Amino acid sequence: MSELNGQSVKLTRPKLAVEIAGLKLKNPVMPASGTFGYGEEYAPYLDLNQLGAIVTKGLSLNPKAGNPTPRICETVSGMLNAIGLQNVGIEDFIKHKMPFLDQYNSPVIVNFFGNTLEEYVEVAARLEDVPGVAGLEMNISCPNVKQGGIVFGTEASAASAVVSQVRKKTSKPLIVKLTPNVTDIRVTAKAVEDAGADAISLINTLTGMAVDVKTRKPRLANTIGGLSGPAIRPIAVRLVHQVVQAVDVPVIGIGGISRAIDALEFLIVGAKAVQVGTANFVDPNAMATIIDDLEEFCQNEGIDDINDLIGTLDA
Amino acid sequence: MKNHKTIILSNQEISPGYYRMRILAPEYNKLAQPGQFVMFRVQRSLPPLLRRPFGIFRVGYAAPDCDGMPQKEFVELIYKVVGSGTEIMQDLHQGDRVELLGPLGRGFDLGDPDEEKILVGGGIGLVPLYMLAEKLVANSNVRLLMGGRTRDDIITVTEFERLGVGTYVSTEDGSLGEEGLVTQVLERKLKKYPNAQVYACGPMPMIDAVQKICAAHSTPLQVSLEALMACGVGACLGCVVKGAGHSEENPQYLCTCKQGPVFQAEQLDWNRLENQSGDCGGCGV
Repeated sequence: MSELNGQSVKLTRPKLAVEIAGLKLKNPVMPASGTFGYGEEYAPYLDLNQLGAIVTKGLSLNPKAGNPTPRICETVSGMLNAIGLQNVGIEDFIKHKMPFLDQYNSPVIVNFFGNTLEEYVEVAARLEDVPGVAGLEMNISCPNVKQGGIVFGTEASAASAVVSQVRKKTSKPLIVKLTPNVTDIRVTAKAVEDAGADAISLINTLTGMAVDVKTRKPRLANTIGGLSGPAIRPIAVRLVHQVVQAVDVPVIGIGGISRAIDALEFLIVGAKAVQVGTANFVDPNAMATIIDDLEEFCQNEGIDDINDLIGTLDA
Repeated sequence: MKNHKTIILSNQEISPGYYRMRILAPEYNKLAQPGQFVMFRVQRSLPPLLRRPFGIFRVGYAAPDCDGMPQKEFVELIYKVVGSGTEIMQDLHQGDRVELLGPLGRGFDLGDPDEEKILVGGGIGLVPLYMLAEKLVANSNVRLLMGGRTRDDIITVTEFERLGVGTYVSTEDGSLGEEGLVTQVLERKLKKYPNAQVYACGPMPMIDAVQKICAAHSTPLQVSLEALMACGVGACLGCVVKGAGHSEENPQYLCTCKQGPVFQAEQLDWNRLENQSGDCGGCGV
């Protein structure tokens, strides 16, 4: 503290660092998988060292082609996407994408998925000894092709089975990303926690659909897609709030965050960190602005450490 | 490539439904290449949520507001009002705050100076061809074949003429120039000028027809594609098109934003192209 015009002024900057499952993040802001490519796409616009963590596009054992086009369409304050998890596959990622990310000091969290339990296990095992991989984020919103296409994350027993198998193969911090397309998300949250998840991130996109009324065709080639963007934020805040109440592991909040005040809603209901998704498309510098504004908010509110704000909902 | 928070210098209707917007844009004269595009956003506005891709019409310098001030560097976009985003754009005025991400994407290859250059533009697809023509006229004979549904769709042709480009206009209803499709003019020109390179931008059925004609004449072709895109930088993978080597087993998707928007015809899978979206009604969803 020092005196300026008779008023006491804080000269120390508020602390933004948070820790999740042993991962030390310099601030609670990271990209949501699938909206930040492999990091290199955004490097011309944003210093990746500023980020709390870097989260990669979802990776699978083999390269994946993705869906036919149109793959995206805009909706009111949001967008639908059905990209179909197009990705280069885990080997190409390790060889050609990871060395680029490894130059940065922000921890790299590799998002991955599978269409069978075995695929999940194999990808996790393959990432175990890759230099620079700080943690894993597991997308369980995929259909299990061996079980009639039922989505792993919509069935507590399936979610539990796949997470516990992956858990056996990885010593890295394991974040499980939940789908909101369930009756009671607390049930799947509890199931993955019991199966060994170190942290939980939510929400993945909400399923949605839009129709071109002149052609009477769905606006996505895949008919159904995932809704993201500001439109889903109140739903995401509610779900994060419910999951924070239900589990003990740290929670990462995702859903329609494009400004610091959006991120703060999630932190206040108890998320230890947040992911920014669709906003990266709108403004490639969105996360840097959010980090700056979080610091300014803490400064203005007299909060020395952002951890003092987390989970302080007055309800 | 950079994100500029900047202002509009002017925004005028140049033909029914078509607007020309001039935006203050430092460095664009140095950076922008023919065929590149920008991702445009109205500052502090929601909706529309996503930026819109627009081909660069031209770049230049405008006179300063008063003597002694530096000239104002600008970029010009031409857009057609087709949806919610462009409806908002048409009401913008001088001084309104906007954001420009760009210049983005891979532009046109200028090719061999000895070839005849034939540019084929359909409606709003004409836009990226202007900067190309500016560059090509220095070393080559350049002809523009401009097609539209009606005379309202024929825009900026006199500006091409001022560059020294030979222009040939056709409209489907015959309200201006020759009656019929631009592709029938192309057929004739290719017979007359066998040593040509063709550059095309327009609606997908036109591009598809141009490809068939050029393939039949073994004429090299570059096309500029339109696509729905969310990011413009290769991250969202919303704007992909199938590449020439594409198969179900060995998929090859190319990002229109990053590997395009200009492609050599042989890079693409033309059997599948016509069924692909790419149609955002003139880059303005």
